[in-house]
Amino acid sequence: MAEPKKNPKHRKSRYTADRGIAGAWEGETVTRRRVFEIGAQGVGGIAVAAFALPALGFALGPMFEDQLPDHFQDVGPEKDFNDETYVAKVIEIAPGAGEAGKTTIYVRKTDPSRDQQNADQPYVAISTRCAHLGCPVRYVQASRRFICPCHGGVYGFQGEVTGGPPVRPLDRFYTKAEGGRVLVGPRFSLNSKLERFPHPRDPSNHLDGLWQYLYPARPST
Amino acid sequence: MKLPQPPLPRSLQRRPARPGADGAGPNGQGPHDQKGAALTPKERAIEVPVSVVGWLDERTGASPFLRGFLYRKVPKGTNWFYTLGSASMFAFLSQAVTGVFLAMYYEPDTSRAYESASRITNELFLGELVRGMHRWGSTVMLVLVFLHLGRTFFFGAYKYPRELNWIIGVILLVLTLLMGFTGYLLPFDQRSFWATVVGVNLNSSGPIIGPYLADFLRGGPEFGSYTLSRFYAMHMLLIPGLIAALIGAHLYLVAKLGTTAPPWLKAEKPKALAKEEI
Repeated sequence: MAEPKKNPKHRKSRYTADRGIAGAWEGETVTRRRVFEIGAQGVGGIAVAAFALPALGFALGPMFEDQLPDHFQDVGPEKDFNDETYVAKVIEIAPGAGEAGKTTIYVRKTDPSRDQQNADQPYVAISTRCAHLGCPVRYVQASRRFICPCHGGVYGFQGEVTGGPPVRPLDRFYTKAEGGRVLVGPRFSLNSKLERFPHPRDPSNHLDGLWQYLYPARPST
Repeated sequence: MKLPQPPLPRSLQRRPARPGADGAGPNGQGPHDQKGAALTPKERAIEVPVSVVGWLDERTGASPFLRGFLYRKVPKGTNWFYTLGSASMFAFLSQAVTGVFLAMYYEPDTSRAYESASRITNELFLGELVRGMHRWGSTVMLVLVFLHLGRTFFFGAYKYPRELNWIIGVILLVLTLLMGFTGYLLPFDQRSFWATVVGVNLNSSGPIIGPYLADFLRGGPEFGSYTLSRFYAMHMLLIPGLIAALIGAHLYLVAKLGTTAPPWLKAEKPKALAKEEI
């Protein structure tokens, strides 16, 4: 092999004069051209970053921020609801989106004998957003089931999956009763044991066992 | 019997050549033909586009580039299947032109989108035609893109040295699909709304990054007013810009590397070489 390979430290001098670069002067290690190359590219990079990074953050911001208001909406007097059947109510779920920002929910009174889980909520407010891919489910009293029109998801009276592709029960909303009125608040998700996950997840996100870690919650919600 | 000529204004009459003029160069006398006669206005009018093109060509050097780009040699056996790429590009151009004009009437607002889209179809002059061209053109573009992909695959035109062009083409296919996905929401009727809800939640089903991707598309945790404006911006600014840039790169590589012969044509060996093989 070539001799310089044996002693790589001596292969290249750090002085430009030793490397035979034209116009090198005594003791110079970096050429003027190289300094300006790095400098110009650095300045250009800073200039691009100055507009690109804020723009990118602006576009990606909604991924990391909670836009949903943490307020409770009035859905009617307490006497409207019982623990035997669901009553359909309309709440605003995406403010400022007009009709498209409203959604139907199904509300009934909590039945302590049946609702061991989430018994702290005075009412059960079920979201109509199917846990498969988000189509709107409807409640059928005759079969006491929620049925999704898109891909045949079926849920029982508690919102638990009884058939079709959904991966977890229907989401619910926090409720409270104040001054004889029923108030509906933020959404929460449930796993198949109806255990509550305060950070709501998207449809199609499994929440059982290790699956829950594959579908992280939104950071700030 | 010969009728008299209608009187022509002086400026349109053919002027006799000046004495001594040989047509070699205009010495301040205006353009002349080869015999030295002054040019008629008609002849001068013909000269205008020629001189404009010449002026541009002299300053840009475009003609050697265009000659190489447009008058390339193509292999024997080139057939109609080789036009699918150009057809895809013209489908994109048609989408771009109709899309720009649709954007003049469309309002990307959750309470106005459906109304403005139906106004385009039902009330505006030629609105139904232009919206129809855009709507059916998207299907035509996808069909053409897939046929172009099939042609490239079955003719083996993705092999060395054209792998990079295959990769760019696959990215263009994905971007075309994204155009279909983002454009589908814009009419904002029940079908487009729920189809997009399902499509966004399909993205959400991907582990780890899925929920973030869905949040990016929706512009938040719920399907709202930002969703429509995001889809609109992606549909008419972000993705078309990327597609246009990548079509440029795709065409550059086609011009640089040339096209392939169809696989059923065997390479013709020089006779001398064939002899040496024996």
